[in-house]
Amino acid sequence: MPPMLEARDLAKSFGGVKAVDGVSFAVEAGKLVALIGPNGAGKTTCFNMLNGQLKPDRGEVFLAGKPITGLEPRKIWRLGVGRTFQITATFASMTMRENVQMALISHEGENWRLFGRAGERHREAADALLAQVGMTGQAERACGVLAYGDLKRVELAIALANAPKLLLMDEPTAGMAPQERIALMALTARIARQRGIAVLFTEHDMDVVFAHADRVLVLDRGRLIAAGTSAEVRNDPQVRAVYLGSGATSGGH
Amino acid sequence: MLDLVLTQTLNGLASASSLFLVACGLSIIFGVTRIVNFAHGSLYMLGGYLAFTLVTWLGPADPLGFWGGVIIAVLLTSLAGVLVEVLILRRIYQAPELFQLLATFGVVLMLQDIALATWGPEDKLGPRAPGFRSFVILFDNRFPSYELFLIAVGPVVLGLIWLLFHRTRWGVLIRAATQDREMVSALGVNQRLLFTSVFAFGAALAGLGGALQLPREAINLHMDLSMIAEAFVVVVVGGLGSVTGAYLAAVLIGVLHAFGILILPKITLVLVFLVMAAVLIVRPHGLLGKAGVEPRGHAGQLFLLRPADRAAKLFGIVALGLLALAPLVVPDHLVLTLTDLVIFAVFAASLHLLMGPGGITSFGHAAYFGLGAYGAALAVKWLGSPMEEALMLAPLMAGVAGAIFGWFCVRLSGVYLAMLTLAFAQIAWATAFQWVDLTGGDNGILGVWPSAWAVPKTVFYYLALAIAVLVIVALRIIIFAPFGYALRAGRDSPLRAEAIGLDVGRLQWAAFTIAAIAAGIAGGLFAFSKGSVFPTYMAIPRSVDALLMVLLGGVQTVAGPIVGAFAYMGLSEQLMKLTGYWRFVLGLSIVLLVVLFPRGLVGTWLFWRARRESAAQATATA
Amino acid sequence: MAALLELSGIEAWYGRAKILHGVGFSVGAGEVAALMGRNGAGKSTTMKTVMGLVPEPQGSIRFEAKEIAGREPFAIARLGIGYVPEDRRVFSELTVMDNLEVGRQPPRAGAPHWTPERLFDLFPNLGRMRDRPGGAMSGGEQQMLTIARTLMGNPRLLLLDEPSEGLAPVIVEAMAQTIRVLKGEGLSVLLSEQNLHFAGSIADRAVIIEKGLIRFDDTMAALKADEAARSQYLAV
Repeated sequence: MPPMLEARDLAKSFGGVKAVDGVSFAVEAGKLVALIGPNGAGKTTCFNMLNGQLKPDRGEVFLAGKPITGLEPRKIWRLGVGRTFQITATFASMTMRENVQMALISHEGENWRLFGRAGERHREAADALLAQVGMTGQAERACGVLAYGDLKRVELAIALANAPKLLLMDEPTAGMAPQERIALMALTARIARQRGIAVLFTEHDMDVVFAHADRVLVLDRGRLIAAGTSAEVRNDPQVRAVYLGSGATSGGH
Repeated sequence: MLDLVLTQTLNGLASASSLFLVACGLSIIFGVTRIVNFAHGSLYMLGGYLAFTLVTWLGPADPLGFWGGVIIAVLLTSLAGVLVEVLILRRIYQAPELFQLLATFGVVLMLQDIALATWGPEDKLGPRAPGFRSFVILFDNRFPSYELFLIAVGPVVLGLIWLLFHRTRWGVLIRAATQDREMVSALGVNQRLLFTSVFAFGAALAGLGGALQLPREAINLHMDLSMIAEAFVVVVVGGLGSVTGAYLAAVLIGVLHAFGILILPKITLVLVFLVMAAVLIVRPHGLLGKAGVEPRGHAGQLFLLRPADRAAKLFGIVALGLLALAPLVVPDHLVLTLTDLVIFAVFAASLHLLMGPGGITSFGHAAYFGLGAYGAALAVKWLGSPMEEALMLAPLMAGVAGAIFGWFCVRLSGVYLAMLTLAFAQIAWATAFQWVDLTGGDNGILGVWPSAWAVPKTVFYYLALAIAVLVIVALRIIIFAPFGYALRAGRDSPLRAEAIGLDVGRLQWAAFTIAAIAAGIAGGLFAFSKGSVFPTYMAIPRSVDALLMVLLGGVQTVAGPIVGAFAYMGLSEQLMKLTGYWRFVLGLSIVLLVVLFPRGLVGTWLFWRARRESAAQATATA
Repeated sequence: MAALLELSGIEAWYGRAKILHGVGFSVGAGEVAALMGRNGAGKSTTMKTVMGLVPEPQGSIRFEAKEIAGREPFAIARLGIGYVPEDRRVFSELTVMDNLEVGRQPPRAGAPHWTPERLFDLFPNLGRMRDRPGGAMSGGEQQMLTIARTLMGNPRLLLLDEPSEGLAPVIVEAMAQTIRVLKGEGLSVLLSEQNLHFAGSIADRAVIIEKGLIRFDDTMAALKADEAARSQYLAV
């Protein structure tokens, strides 16, 4: 069986600068893989090529063995790829439930209906998704006034609405308190294992990475310089030199 | 033939200079203050009038008198710009950008009446410029030397501005503030002074543009709006924030105008439209524009959109009941007024679909109202259609135009998009104005009367009311249907919307078309209510009417624009009866309203309510 | 130690949400103070309020014994407070030199005087890219440029909002070293931070904010010894 996500020899340059230069990796169903590296290493470029926001100059992307290289983000989403953003992006003029309902409406292909109340559609399914991310009983609250950690959970519920095979999470815990970070990633890991979802995430918090990633990929200047388990990557001298440092300011890893 | 091409090219280049000066000032002011200065065309006009008076007074034959007059006119225009900035805009930099825009439109109205009162309604023809009275022989053609002088002005000013922006501290600060004015201020730069100086500079450029026109063409009261519309086109085509782009676009538009007269003398602006369309297809952000320069369209807070509660529904039913019973008690002329109000409610509701759930600001929604009216009138005049058929053709014509214009508009966003809508509206207006054979030009089309059964005023009122209720209810259903939600999702967070499979561009395009159709229905009804159509139906002031109606009532609610339509049109009709200088009074009222309630009426109320609630919560938890 | 900056009873709103509910603490001359707390606790809002970037705050802010609450940002900056925002906000179209020019202010008595050359000694990377536009720099380089730009105003007090956020651990180490150098120059620093390891390595004092109120205000050593406070407010 092919892996859920496979990237082969991805490359992208901007004005002569190689942002990503021949990166290959795979993510298996039910596994969490972290993509780490210094700023400017090419993490975001890599992500944007996977979900269709950028077309790679070279290389291919496969979802469960099928090529998805260069498809539009909308089409990639319809094939079962969910996405969360570094800075939360929800619909502020809607309630939490309506946010999830909107994703469900889109999943069912009902976007263009001009009649019938949208608020009446898929209510139970939306509430069930919210319950799954631990947001029971708050469905009527406006997303515009939610705390940051809660928004991150709503985003996860939205991303789960199209029953994804793959989740792409860009710095899922950025801006959260340390304890909330661990809790959110624990929740993500549990859901991913239950449903057999492959998860690829970027992250700067090494506590989160080393606690939850099944595998860690390290990028530097557009190239993959290390890949392996948390322990392997943590002890890799090259990774320490370009990224982790001595550990004096980041918790002694 | 070659002579003609050459002459027209030189003509085009000469007219490009003033256009460049105005557009460049507009672009620089917008960059730093984030205010689209609608009054920039008025400053251009003011520069022209002031130069006329000063030059005449100082002695037009004397070089010192002429050029001295021009320079003083530029300085005075600059001062007028400073006054506008200090007295009005400085107080509303925190207000939503649409309110700022309305305030500058208030200034447009005031300056129109000030110019009318000062210089009278006749065109003012200026003297020739001393030193540039002769002709130059170019390829056996006599070419006025003043035109050559004007051609040189553009590149010279462009070069000076480049030096100013790259070689002086002021220029560096301006470029920095264009990116992030708050940060500039946090670094110790006096923002007020910077804004005022930018306004003075931009106004001076507009004044220079106007003053230099004096030897070339008559100064008149319509210069302001025709210039601002063209300046918007130049800014959109050149790329927002790019001075060089503005110059290239001004040359392009100027030359196209000159050739348009040769190729399509009836509809010169169509050529401009085609080129603008071509540029925007290839480069959506203009010739030299960069993606992401324009700020997001709505900076305001997003409130939950809820269906009407019981009290609001009851209020609506009572209001509808009163409207239905009104003809039984009110006199005939009031029935006519009520008919207008009902039609404008549809017009406002159609714009609200764009501005509310769509998050799209249109400065040119009157185009679709007007095209609806012309659709109906042309059907009556050229096809001999009865009213019933003409009322079907009205939304068809508006809808087709909306689909075509909308296709371009939704590729942009924010203020940039709004400028494009205005440009399209101006093109529609100019077509109706210039294509005399088809539309009757300024004289309009008369004799657009309803079918015999609907001729009695009361009957037509009920017809309008019934159609209005149908359209408004349909719009409301759409807003709460999946389509409306998807549209709103694209407004709230385009990034997230795309990431859950929504095609935001196409949703907005559909909304644009639907709004155009609804506005077309209103326009068709209006044509039959008045019995005639005129180009003014799609002129800029009518578009601003619609904006005022929506903003007065509040974008945040579905019922707001309808209330706004009644309040605003009711008031302005009364005002027109009371004073000859109604523009000045209306302009002043708009300015005062914006300065006193910078969050808008509904916004102010929501803000205070929310603060009270949060204060109450804090006390409860403490 | 005399207080350089003194806040008392600060209340502030962000839009319609009340973020600060009476914040009070002070920063002494020559001191590095860390304002700590979770995201959304009010750290950035406190910084912005000091800088005059939050509309209509309540309460008193005194800098060098002068009341500055309600003044405009530029006036506050000219008194000698330099602000480095969390999202960096370099002028991406302007070169490194032009970015520094925007920040330039006249020399100030009692504060170190900075020139581009002195700053390039402190940040050698910047010296090698004088004509590069800010937008073409990496995140770490941008962070350095933002600090350098603010130093061009010759401040006495530096407000650093989340200086380590989003930076690779090696860059964070360099940042800590820079702050130590600045302290050596006689600058006072107030930094907001979530990262205790980072703050603990440079700050003299720790102020913890939670839900818009100050919950802890003592030396950094005291915080390091107080496990209860750390787990309660910082969740570490």
